[in-house]
Amino acid sequence: MLKIKCPFCGVRDESEFSCGGEAHIARPTTDLKLTDKIFSEYLFMKYNPKGVFLERWCHTSGCRRWFNLARDTVSHEIIEIYPMGVFPKTVKGKKAYQANWRRKSKYEAVSKPAKRTKK
Amino acid sequence: MNRLLSHRISSNGAVIDRQKLVHFEFDQKKYTGYEGDTLASALLAHGIHLVGRSFKYHRPRGIFGSGSEEPNALVRLIGDKSSEPNLRATQIEIYDGLIAESQNRFPSLKIDFLSINNVFRRFFPAGFYYKTFMWPASFWMFYEKLIRKAAGLGKLSKKYHRPERYEHKYAHCDLLVVGSGAAGLQTAIIAAKSGARVVIADEQHRFGGWLLTDNDFNINQIPAASWVHETVKNLQSAPNVTCLSRTTVSSMMDDNFVIMAERVTEHLGKKDMLLPKQRLWKLRASKVILATGAIERPLVFSGNDLPGIMLSSAIRTYINRYDVLSGRRAIIFTNNDDAYFTALAIHKAGGFVRCIVDLRVNPKSQIITKVRKIGINILAGHAVIAAHGLRHIASVDIAKYNSGKQAPTSSILHMDCNLLAMSGGLNPVVHLHSQRKGKLVWDERTSCYRPDNKSDEWVSVGAANGTFELERIFIEATKIASTTIMKLAKENNKIKTKELVTVPQIDKDKQNWTPLPTWLIQAGQPHVSDKTAFVDFQNDSTAADIKLAVKEGYSSVEHVKRYTTTGMATDQGKTSNINAIGILASCLNKSIAETGVTTFRPPYTPVSLGAIAGRNIGGLFDPVRKTRMHSWHQSNGAKFEHVGQWMRAWYYPRDGESFQQAVNREVYATRHYAGLLDASTLGKIEVKGPDSAEFLNRVYTNNFADLPIGKARYGLMLKEDGMVFDDGVTTRLAEDHFYMTTTTGGAAGVLSWLEELLQTEWLDLRVYLTSVTEQWSVASLSGPNSRSILTACMSENKNITDDFPFMTMKKSFIAGIPARIFRISFTGEMAFEINVPARYGAALWSHLMKIGKEFNLTAYGTEAMHVLRAEKGFIIVGQETDGTVTPHDLDMGWIISNKKSDFIGKRALERKSMNEPQRKQLVGLLTADPSKVIPEGAHAVLDPNQEMPMEMLGHISSSYYSPNLKHSIALALLKGGLNRKGQTVYIPMLDGQQPIEAKIVDPVFFDKKGERLRG
Ligand SMILES: [Zn+2]
Repeated sequence: MLKIKCPFCGVRDESEFSCGGEAHIARPTTDLKLTDKIFSEYLFMKYNPKGVFLERWCHTSGCRRWFNLARDTVSHEIIEIYPMGVFPKTVKGKKAYQANWRRKSKYEAVSKPAKRTKK
Repeated sequence: MNRLLSHRISSNGAVIDRQKLVHFEFDQKKYTGYEGDTLASALLAHGIHLVGRSFKYHRPRGIFGSGSEEPNALVRLIGDKSSEPNLRATQIEIYDGLIAESQNRFPSLKIDFLSINNVFRRFFPAGFYYKTFMWPASFWMFYEKLIRKAAGLGKLSKKYHRPERYEHKYAHCDLLVVGSGAAGLQTAIIAAKSGARVVIADEQHRFGGWLLTDNDFNINQIPAASWVHETVKNLQSAPNVTCLSRTTVSSMMDDNFVIMAERVTEHLGKKDMLLPKQRLWKLRASKVILATGAIERPLVFSGNDLPGIMLSSAIRTYINRYDVLSGRRAIIFTNNDDAYFTALAIHKAGGFVRCIVDLRVNPKSQIITKVRKIGINILAGHAVIAAHGLRHIASVDIAKYNSGKQAPTSSILHMDCNLLAMSGGLNPVVHLHSQRKGKLVWDERTSCYRPDNKSDEWVSVGAANGTFELERIFIEATKIASTTIMKLAKENNKIKTKELVTVPQIDKDKQNWTPLPTWLIQAGQPHVSDKTAFVDFQNDSTAADIKLAVKEGYSSVEHVKRYTTTGMATDQGKTSNINAIGILASCLNKSIAETGVTTFRPPYTPVSLGAIAGRNIGGLFDPVRKTRMHSWHQSNGAKFEHVGQWMRAWYYPRDGESFQQAVNREVYATRHYAGLLDASTLGKIEVKGPDSAEFLNRVYTNNFADLPIGKARYGLMLKEDGMVFDDGVTTRLAEDHFYMTTTTGGAAGVLSWLEELLQTEWLDLRVYLTSVTEQWSVASLSGPNSRSILTACMSENKNITDDFPFMTMKKSFIAGIPARIFRISFTGEMAFEINVPARYGAALWSHLMKIGKEFNLTAYGTEAMHVLRAEKGFIIVGQETDGTVTPHDLDMGWIISNKKSDFIGKRALERKSMNEPQRKQLVGLLTADPSKVIPEGAHAVLDPNQEMPMEMLGHISSSYYSPNLKHSIALALLKGGLNRKGQTVYIPMLDGQQPIEAKIVDPVFFDKKGERLRG
């Protein structure tokens, strides 16, 4: 069981968290008029690399806040934890972001990724 | 030889207390032993070796090892109220009144009918199960029952509620030391002095590890046993050290999360009722030192599984710890020096060592010279090529053996004996290292796989690290303890590193730790078969099985493991894995390192399910949620049903009413007069913030931005794939404030989903969500008399009920209680959902029932609610939907806004496949026989006489008897159902009953125009 450092609460057991899968999937809106084939890449295709993976986690049994996390799927090493709506800062994290097939997908080229805004 | 003769030898300074006699029972016979004995040592003291029958072939099996590596001696312990199977006799400490029995035999150990499998061994070759599954399915159906009866280890107690208590304990420490042998004690004592928080755990009942067996020398000029005693005493008295004996570290996971099972009272006859049977520790350790020792390897030769053939180290352990000599005419078969210590021990205990059969051609060391001096015959360069005996070893065949050519090179020497000690080298206990995905490296000098020791979080030391000579173990342990403390000190300034550490000095006979690896002794004789050369004793897999697997084309070690099931029994291949890899390697003409090694997975030894459950059983298994009206329901005779964690009133039977009678009455009363439902369990979420309307517009299929203040609207929520996720009514309380309701079961999921969208997708929206499900009690008042009852209950502004249109909300006071009243309906009648602060729930309910009496108000439960909504064709998410149903499938296209540019699921609904005309669609069914109610979940077909497997049209999602229509009604999802109205379908039944005939109709059965609803 991993130890995960919630950016809001500190280090907690993995059992307090839930993993929300792949991070940085930009959501295409309907008005983009994508073809079924391109849209289904967004809807159905997921990335599952051996190595560093950028994923979303939520501190479900704690503060219920979401955050991004770069994790090595082989060693389970947590490389970086960073807020929603921003991009990884570490070299490994940046590399993992670029390695994702989605960066070359047609739907991502036109979709707007979620962005962090000041409230 | 007379088996009744005691095998107990004169006292040797062992761990048993010979002043304390213990009485116990095994297989209905009474025996005695001493306090400190294990069941295995006590049985061996009575000359009993045979304790079980093997898994596949039901061959007689005897006690083989002396600890957790034991593959054969699995027994069942019988308690007063329960029994526990598959416990290792080598780890059970006996107490007065202990009752144990052998397993896997019928009718008795000595005569076992199923041992016929032994004769027909050729029917159970490698891959037996896989090959059996390849047969026609009908064959498998026949064989399954037979095989299931024969297979399996042990029997579970039929009483599922165990009286014993188990508990969980959570803890943290700086350093966990696993194992309390020389390496464990030395590291722990150094760590103890540093001030670090140390936990030291050992699966045995006392600390000392191998020093409890071999202690015939001095450590730091005092007897080894005294050194152990002193060190343990120092650890126990250190306030920063927790010493846990009888504690098995079963799993080591990410970030040093460790699971340990502590056997607290299992070894006690009279149990302290305040203490649990076992305590399951969940420990987080900064660093872990694995001093888990090593397990001896057996040698693989024909007949090597006969009772009386034991691991050499086990025989020595029984002599030195328990004063038990397992046999008096012994032969030693070895490929290394360690077995010579056993020869010496047997000799000292008064046994006769007939000879030592050593695979090495010219073995030399201090200990060998010593043994030779006593006059024990050493047959160097020889092998035991077969063992013979019926239920116990009686003789062996010995020949000169060429390990390189894998063949005997001389005629056979026949020699009788009643004990055979075998020693094939040592396997470091690398399981925990392996569980953490640590890599293993093959060490040529010691011929074993040892840990690569590359992690910063844990490290192996001593025999667990492939270091087998005691002098070197002490040096290594001292060094590793010091470096670990240095690392800990960097993170924690309370930990001191300046303490003086010294390496203990010993005077022990030197041995030469270079075993000659010989994985399989090939008899080379036509009459000796390697089909009885066992590799995995617990799963009954043999050298022949591995050869067969290779012949059939298997070459990967992981595949061969699964195909032959070698190493897959409850002992996790502790004694078998490396031999199997060795045999595989030689079959493939590869080196061991090239062949590779399988992965050990948790747990190290089986963990009782009771320990895993801990206190989370019975009433503590899962929380039960009750509404504030619960006690009224209870005192009015309600039957309850569980909806998720909630307990909801299901129906209220009155004097002798059946389920159906009560539901019929409640449904009838609600349609004709008025009914009251406890709807407090509905999920409720406050949605607040300037962008709330925009947010709801994006998550619901219909428009919410234009909803006027004070108005309510039914909404359908989809997931991004266009499938229905939840539904409910949302009301606008203010410009920036909405009150959302969800289904009872979906409440938590909806909140999580909405939070996820706000935090991960639309970070720009200023919306705040609060779950208020438990802040409001809700009574749903429904039926033609509902308006009159409501008016009568109003504390003030009684006239507001005069102008109270459908789908609106008003705030007022009922019986002085502030209330939000919603005119919404799930029954199709005029209805009001009255929300009050939760604590007034019971008062509101009683008041409504009191005032409602003269209007014939009847409390109704969830079953009547289902019937009422089904009469109206209202769906229930999770009943009419299952994650594959779109709004179009439900014929609810009207709820999808065309005006909105986007909402969750909109694009997916436009996919071509979503508009396939043959999708399953929601319809109503009316049975030909009005009294026949179709079972929910049944499938419908067009032609009941077609051949099997029939072509399914779809399934029945809801089905009830409607007392208002006096007709059975059902909702179903049928392929192309919307265009099938008027057609007849059949619902085939089980058990040869006639299929039920039904007509496809519109799902709205009652008040199709909705006049009663809006009235
Ligand atoms: Zn948190």
